[in-house]
Amino acid sequence: MTAQISPDSVWVLGAHMNRFARYADRDLIDLASESAMSALADGEVTVDDVDVLACGALFQASGAVGQRIQKQIGQTGVPVYNVANACATGATAIRTVIMAIKSGEAQIGLAVGAEQMGKMGLLGGGATKKEKKVFEPSGRYGAVTGVDGHLGTETMPGVFAQAGMAYAHDHDGVGFEQFARVAYKNHLHSTLNPLAQYQKEFSMDEIMESPMMSYPNTLLMCCPTGDGAAAVVLVSGERLASMPAHVRKRAVKVSASVLTSDPFTEDCQVQPDVNTLTRNAASQAYEAAGVGPEDLDLVELHDCFATAELIHYDNLRLCSPGGAGAFIDSGGPFRDGTTPVNVSGGLISKGHPIGATGVANVYEITTHLRGEAGDRQVEGATVGLAHVIGLASACGVHILEKAAA
Amino acid sequence: MATARVPLVDYLVLEPEPHLVANECTNCGARFFDRRNACARCGSTDFKPVPVAGAGELRAFTIVHRAAPGIPVPFVSAIVKTDDGTWVRSNVVNCDPTPEAVELGMRVRLTTHPIGTDDDGTEAVAFGYEPA
Repeated sequence: MTAQISPDSVWVLGAHMNRFARYADRDLIDLASESAMSALADGEVTVDDVDVLACGALFQASGAVGQRIQKQIGQTGVPVYNVANACATGATAIRTVIMAIKSGEAQIGLAVGAEQMGKMGLLGGGATKKEKKVFEPSGRYGAVTGVDGHLGTETMPGVFAQAGMAYAHDHDGVGFEQFARVAYKNHLHSTLNPLAQYQKEFSMDEIMESPMMSYPNTLLMCCPTGDGAAAVVLVSGERLASMPAHVRKRAVKVSASVLTSDPFTEDCQVQPDVNTLTRNAASQAYEAAGVGPEDLDLVELHDCFATAELIHYDNLRLCSPGGAGAFIDSGGPFRDGTTPVNVSGGLISKGHPIGATGVANVYEITTHLRGEAGDRQVEGATVGLAHVIGLASACGVHILEKAAA
Repeated sequence: MATARVPLVDYLVLEPEPHLVANECTNCGARFFDRRNACARCGSTDFKPVPVAGAGELRAFTIVHRAAPGIPVPFVSAIVKTDDGTWVRSNVVNCDPTPEAVELGMRVRLTTHPIGTDDDGTEAVAFGYEPA
């Protein structure tokens, strides 16, 4: 399956990510500028060719990061959109550029995702109220003090643990071992990816016996915090068609670009529903692209925690309904399985600098479809899917296809 | 003189018997625990307070070993579906915080416990669910 260049299509022209790591000697703008310039060079265009810039850096969402990148790489005066959408921030930046191109306002656009988190530690939870201790109701729940720890958990490892356990409640064959096997796979995959923050294999025992964060998620089943950036250059089919043959050959078609939020469900008032909006996004993306889950040669999905990856097998329809446990046990999502998932090492081992994540997974798919992924290359890949989800919630799904030779 | 008591959240009612009260949309029946501007399902702006069943089923849980400073661990965070179909987030209490003791699908019931006293001597009371 390969794609032809129609004028109203949108393509990835250039892509780059730097290694996710912790960079003490470089700031966010260094990381983002390096990726932006590298993606432009990769697409054989310059900043002067760019009609629109979208930038996502969640923890500096009010910091005009897009304009600060321009001040390093080229103040051309084009519109800049600084976007924030939790862990779907990077995908939102990409989609913003795609919408600008589809609207006809831009022919070439640059999407950058970046984050500098360092050793940020546990995210979520712990919000406390004023120091003078007087129990007075305030806020939408009339709480007299912080509720985290008293009325359940607000920490990310715990929230996603519950999402996985809700799936385990509803379906057979899902438990601690299946969740651990997801992490085993992603750590194993990361040993082939020089851009991963960690590149170390761990045994099932090591994973299951590592410090418990929030059962069933142990430390090795949780993504790390870190620093990183990624960028993609997008181009209209109309403009791409006039580019040299060797550029067209490396271009990758965006066959679907979807962003959803969570529709009302009965339980979403008390636990984030990460399933329904992912299912909706997947359905819309498969329909827009005219492909099905069985056509996918690889998937990069949002494994912020091992429990999350497992339920997204089902949400993205990579397995039979309710069959996510059997899917991981059968080796389906391993790199030699039926649908390789997170051959980059995923968030669990590649890392999760939040703003960069949704751009980095499009970089990963693009690199495989170009046949340029080195040791971790999925041979003969022509179609791939990139998925991210941010709590509150936002889900981005992009389906990419290799260009016709 | 008895100690003054306040519920941790305003949707917990302590007297005469502890129970939760939800804001129920009069149009579509959706239930919420927070102050509402409108219904997230149907957009209606008319709500009535309704008591929530105290008994239910444990639909999901996690045993939290790492939390923000000052929050005692381990504890069992729980998602409960009550017998009248209302979803509630709280803790499982009066139960060992181990995967052996906590079972998906187990029957639970509402209970309350004090969580601290403020500078004026007022005691805050939280709710949890214990194995039934």
